[in-house]
Amino acid sequence: MSSTSYAYLSNYLIYSSMAVYTIAFFAHAIEVSFSVRNVEVAVGAQSENSATKFDFSRTQRSGRIGTAMMILGFVLLFAGVIARGLSAHRVPWGNMYEFSITGALAFSGAYLYALAKYKLRWLGLPVVIAVLLTLGTAITVLYRPSAPLVPALKSTWLAIHVSAAIASGGVFLLANCVAATYLILDRMESKGARKAWAEKLPSLETLDQLAYRLVAFVFPLWTFAVIAGAIWAENAWGRYWSWDPKETWAFITWVAYAAYLHARVTIGWRGRRAAWLCLFAGSTFLFNYVWVNIWGSGLHTYSGL
Amino acid sequence: MSEIQELETAGVLRWMWRQLTSMRTALLLLLLLGLASIPGSIFPQRSQNPMKVQQYFTTNPTLAHWMDKFQLFSVYGSPWFAAIYILLFISLIGCVLPRTVDHLKKIGAQPPLTPRFLEKMEAFTVVENGASLDEAAIWLKRHRFRIRREDSSISAEKGYSRETGNLLFHLSLILILLAVAVGGLLGSRGEAIVNVGERFVNTPTSYDNLSFGKFQKEGSLTPFALTIKKFKASYNITTNAPTDYTLTVDAENPVGSRMTTQIIRVNKPLTYGSTKIYLQANGYSPVVTVKDATGKITFQGPVVFLPQDANLTSTGAIKLPDMNPQIGFVGSFVPTYDRSATRGAFSVFPETLDPRLLLSVWQGNLGLDSGNPQSVYRLDTSKMKQIGLKQLAVGESYNFSEGSITFDGWKPWVNLQIVDDPGKMYALLGAILAVLGLMVSLFTRQRRIWVKIDPTGKALHVAGLAKNGTPGLDDEIAQLVQVLSKKESEA
Repeated sequence: MSSTSYAYLSNYLIYSSMAVYTIAFFAHAIEVSFSVRNVEVAVGAQSENSATKFDFSRTQRSGRIGTAMMILGFVLLFAGVIARGLSAHRVPWGNMYEFSITGALAFSGAYLYALAKYKLRWLGLPVVIAVLLTLGTAITVLYRPSAPLVPALKSTWLAIHVSAAIASGGVFLLANCVAATYLILDRMESKGARKAWAEKLPSLETLDQLAYRLVAFVFPLWTFAVIAGAIWAENAWGRYWSWDPKETWAFITWVAYAAYLHARVTIGWRGRRAAWLCLFAGSTFLFNYVWVNIWGSGLHTYSGL
Repeated sequence: MSEIQELETAGVLRWMWRQLTSMRTALLLLLLLGLASIPGSIFPQRSQNPMKVQQYFTTNPTLAHWMDKFQLFSVYGSPWFAAIYILLFISLIGCVLPRTVDHLKKIGAQPPLTPRFLEKMEAFTVVENGASLDEAAIWLKRHRFRIRREDSSISAEKGYSRETGNLLFHLSLILILLAVAVGGLLGSRGEAIVNVGERFVNTPTSYDNLSFGKFQKEGSLTPFALTIKKFKASYNITTNAPTDYTLTVDAENPVGSRMTTQIIRVNKPLTYGSTKIYLQANGYSPVVTVKDATGKITFQGPVVFLPQDANLTSTGAIKLPDMNPQIGFVGSFVPTYDRSATRGAFSVFPETLDPRLLLSVWQGNLGLDSGNPQSVYRLDTSKMKQIGLKQLAVGESYNFSEGSITFDGWKPWVNLQIVDDPGKMYALLGAILAVLGLMVSLFTRQRRIWVKIDPTGKALHVAGLAKNGTPGLDDEIAQLVQVLSKKESEA
């Protein structure tokens, strides 16, 4: 198959994955809205056991469809990213469109991995919204035709450094979703009881632990991504650290997560304060991705925009 | 009286030291370090883009002046930035060294005593009927717990490597900082533009700019020489983006030894010990011959022009101070010529498919004797007047009132960056150890398990403690309890 046909195939696969993610979005949305009715039924008619049971299984099915669609969407997106790489005969990480589709892949992959380990289906709705937004922006605003790499990017370190950075980013964003959910529920609980739709979500303590575990799991990978970048910079630019805006913000993200881990482990911050710090650290990563890529100057100008 | 004073001073110092090395201060400094590095990513920095800093000064002099007072154009070399990271590292050392000593003392040490009451501890379980402490000890040892055996209890602990990893990580950070300092104090860094065909000898005078570390002497450069044989740049014909740069050199190290042919690419620098030679940029030098009115050659050779855009439209200056009156040329070299009404002549492709040299000729005082340093790429025309304007193709000449100029051809030039950083291997070592330490520390679970014979002597009490609330302790204790219960039922 020729480069162009791989490029077309990649685009079709990415459009298909977006369609499938849209189905996942509706399935998860239905699950959430049905669970509201469940609670009303359960409260209103405590004796009618059968009715409650029936409704519950229906949301279960909708949730399962949502998860199945998330898996299918992941597979299609994965194939789309691979086809993009094949069309250019290289790893598909040469410009911001490619970073974005791979980032969405890493993010939904991190969700599916966490879903297999913990009971996380409630996160499906925010995750699928974020994935659809990322892919939508990528294909409309950031899209660039498949092209070979500029000489500075022709290195094995591209595969190592960028993949580690994208994978870390996916998990950081997932931790951000968890921390944001924590803060929303915390606010709700401090005003009184949880709203009906939030009844099925996990306890605050579980969310707090989960955010911490995600960050603790991925922090060494992020450290590695920064170091791999430094090794590559030494090889390409003659300086392993030059305070290029992208490097600076990667460092700020690293420092912010290091502070989060210390605050939690050593000083014993929990709950609200830890969640805010986690959210802050995650937003420095997003800021780096959006601001430095598009408006920043410096050596990391590969967005293609 | 004086003794009390001294005690007080010592007390205050001790108090300050405790404050500095406290975790809260360290955390604050860490966040402060992150915040302090933000301005350097927003404002242009002298070390990266001196031109942009200059622009700031011309467009907004008062503001720039004040920003400069706070070193906002050289954030990462500024005293206030240094103050933060030095305090942070002192705090780090003050925290990590005592902990390292403590941890070393603990090698082979026994776990702490079993608490008196286990009922309030995590995963408290009672195992009835006769399972013995020995069986518990065997299980714990098999699962690599350190155990402390008392008459009626066992205290077991696992996961000491969490602290080992933690300390390794923080000590590695100190190593990285030292390596950065070594590189800064004992290294050198410089750049030189060399035309194809020319020879570069690694001595200070060969450089366009060169900076040494504080403790580095000028004679310490690696004594190599490079002859630039060939430079090939390839471009994508639809996007004009570069696809490959290959530089071929004949290298001798030391100067005068046998030459070897070496290839330098963007991601493949040439290495001599801790010195590396990088291919940094490239451009064109038009080759010209200038004759005076009598026909005598006053200048012949390539002149480096600087690229202005991605298609290598390049500009430069040719200065002839020995002609009388002095003559200067402002030149523009376009590798693939095109012309538009708004832009004048410009290049449409970075390779030399249809090169042109555009010249304006100036006569008067070049201003070289004024004592002010001048850029070789620019002509100071304040004391000169223009006497001619011409566009030349290769081989063409232009006769002006004081002489003539011929456009003979062009040569590519390369910008070599030559860096000596003796600290970088230590930085790399520190980085590798830091990641290892981090992984060990974050992925190791530290927990204690206690087994105690209850006061009646008929049952065992089992309980545990997971540090930092790490999960998995319940499962582990359940397994132990199951083993102890099984033994009992088999018996």
